Amino acid sequence: MTAKAHPRTWSRPPLIQRTWLRWSLYGGALIYLALATASVEVNWLRVWEGLDRGLRFVQGFLVPDFTSRWGDILQGMEESLTMTVTATVVGVLISVPIGIGAARNIAPLPIYAVCRAIVALSRSFQEIIVAILFVAMFGFGPFAGFLTLSFATIGFLAKLLAEDIEDIDESQVEAIRATGAGWWQVVAYGIQPQVMPRLIGLSLYRLDINFRESAVIGIVGAGGIGATLNTAMDRYEYDSAAAILILIILIVMAAEYLSGFVRKWVQ
Amino acid sequence: MLRLNDLSKVYATGDRALTDVSLTVEPGQVVGLIGPSGAGKSTLIRCINRLVEPTSGQVFLGDMEITGLGRGALRQARRRIGMIFQEYALVERLTVMENVLSGRLGYVGFWRSFFRKFPPEAVENAFRLLDRVGLSDHVNKRADALSGGQRQRVGIARALEQDPDLLLIDEPTASLDPKTSRQIMRLIVEICDERGLPAIINIHDVALAQQFVQRVIGLQAGRIVFDGRPDALTPDVLTQIYGEEDWSATIRKADEDGDEAEDELGNEGDHHGAASVDRERLAGLT
Repeated sequence: MTAKAHPRTWSRPPLIQRTWLRWSLYGGALIYLALATASVEVNWLRVWEGLDRGLRFVQGFLVPDFTSRWGDILQGMEESLTMTVTATVVGVLISVPIGIGAARNIAPLPIYAVCRAIVALSRSFQEIIVAILFVAMFGFGPFAGFLTLSFATIGFLAKLLAEDIEDIDESQVEAIRATGAGWWQVVAYGIQPQVMPRLIGLSLYRLDINFRESAVIGIVGAGGIGATLNTAMDRYEYDSAAAILILIILIVMAAEYLSGFVRKWVQ
Repeated sequence: MLRLNDLSKVYATGDRALTDVSLTVEPGQVVGLIGPSGAGKSTLIRCINRLVEPTSGQVFLGDMEITGLGRGALRQARRRIGMIFQEYALVERLTVMENVLSGRLGYVGFWRSFFRKFPPEAVENAFRLLDRVGLSDHVNKRADALSGGQRQRVGIARALEQDPDLLLIDEPTASLDPKTSRQIMRLIVEICDERGLPAIINIHDVALAQQFVQRVIGLQAGRIVFDGRPDALTPDVLTQIYGEEDWSATIRKADEDGDEAEDELGNEGDHHGAASVDRERLAGLT
């Protein structure tokens, strides 16, 4: 009996089979990276001057001043929170039907195409660009911010909801369909229970994103805490700016904690 | 009564799943559909309620031709056909009661079903069915909190909540242990008997089919190659359906097959549990 000789070494087959192609791709990527890094101009003198300003900023952070601009901060926070909550609610309400329509496994092709187009439109513009447009259309203030955040929520939530619907367990849907249920009943019984925890989780996540975005779009005039923060920075009041940033961090942390808790509860 | 007339199905990929299948199932008759994986068993039962659209041929339930129905009428026809699934296909995050009541969806409007306001008769019937399948204590549990056998009982109750004229059963025991499989099969057969319901059961396990059904249909590559009593399943017939294999341990021994054994199905598990397990394994290999 002669035993067949088996090799004693083994290595994983490489991702790219042809050796020359593999090494030229890796080498090319490396060369590009080196050239790209070298092309970034750094003005070290300016960096040195900036360190000084950075230090003042950090010092301001160490002694945050909540009191001298408290009225402005409060008003900004109130605007931001109002705009965040209303925009998230409106955005979620609009994005649920669009998300259902953008799921290929349940929507007919024409509806799918329209809903996907809405999602793509909403996602293709960054919040700041949308905010500039809405500020130009409706003037400074939180209304423009509300519209911006609602618009951005639609693209985000509808897309992720649609993808979640496309990933559901089809057998549960088939079972509901087999009972003679109508299309909406299939959605309510076969699909909704499967996607609800994720929809709730995503909505809370979006609430948190919208709050952070509200601080950014305020800088281009869409009201809220961002406007207050911008004013504080413009006046070199780093202590007040620090107070605002600390409050933003606290609220985002609270939202994070809350959403973790709620997600566990609805699972 | 169910009648299939030259039913064929060709999938969009060009695969011929069914070729000219004709058969009649009388009221109260439980038919076991056996055949190798890919023989078209699942396609066949899904063509009956048109979850899969047949390419040609007719399906009659009583006098109604299901294959000719429009969308609305098809939904009404589906209410009369209960379906029980492999892996149960319960809506996992809904309660047992919601799953059973979903059998009633074809009879209530959207908003009533959305707010779970089902008619009192439907709720009463659901409680009665849960009692019948032995799940009275689990009404408010979520479906994913139950064991496999319990889940399949919910699946049975859901199908019966439709008050169907026909049951289509797709691999009801595929993921259950041998004992639970026998309990589920017994429950299905008893219920069909009580209600005079005709049923088609797709089943992989030949021994299980032989033990519980009155008629076996063998499907091979989309065609019926056997139709007869379970005791007519000889090694030759099994070879014709599945291909060459040692069938001696799969087929029920003649001495187990008498009328006496048939009456005492309840004790089957105790009598020769070990033999059952053995057969299960062998059947699983085929």
